[in-house]
Amino acid sequence: MADDPILTGIKKTIEDNTIVLFCKGTKEEPRCGFSMRTIQVFKELGKPFEVVDVLPDPRIRQVLSGVSNWPTIPQVFIKGEFIGGCDIVTEMFQDGELKKVVDEAFSKS
Amino acid sequence: MEPIEIARRIEKALPGAKADVKGADNHYSARIVSDRFEGKSRIEQHRLIYDLFREEMASQEIHALALRTLTPAQADDESNR
Repeated sequence: MADDPILTGIKKTIEDNTIVLFCKGTKEEPRCGFSMRTIQVFKELGKPFEVVDVLPDPRIRQVLSGVSNWPTIPQVFIKGEFIGGCDIVTEMFQDGELKKVVDEAFSKS
Repeated sequence: MEPIEIARRIEKALPGAKADVKGADNHYSARIVSDRFEGKSRIEQHRLIYDLFREEMASQEIHALALRTLTPAQADDESNR
């Protein structure tokens, strides 16, 4: 498993970017309502974030769900830590917690 | 899968829980109140529910299951707002 290029790629993306969203579709063209809502939340927060489209290769999603132990897409990672899916991120955004986590992630990096 | 089946499975797995499930066509949303959520992070609360539908989610019989998980105290708080 350690040599699986998909797993290595996912881990590297999570390590190299402060905020990573694994979504269906791209930042410009989300292909699912839940991915779109999650991307919208991070656009509003105004900090740079990376979006990885899981649709081109079904193995990305399979391997990712193994890493996070989470069955659905989107999945959000901040500073290498799994934060949650669309529902959790939306709730955290609404009660201001997400802005705090994001601001803190950028103040230390 | 009917929303009522989803609600029953949740309520059976978490005794005392109250689950309201809506939706159709493989897309559902659930509001669940349970004392089993106490002391757990939101991620842990959602995993607890997703784990009950592992097979259906893998087979896409459930494509989306939006969750709102509340402890009884949070639910009281919400209804008093």
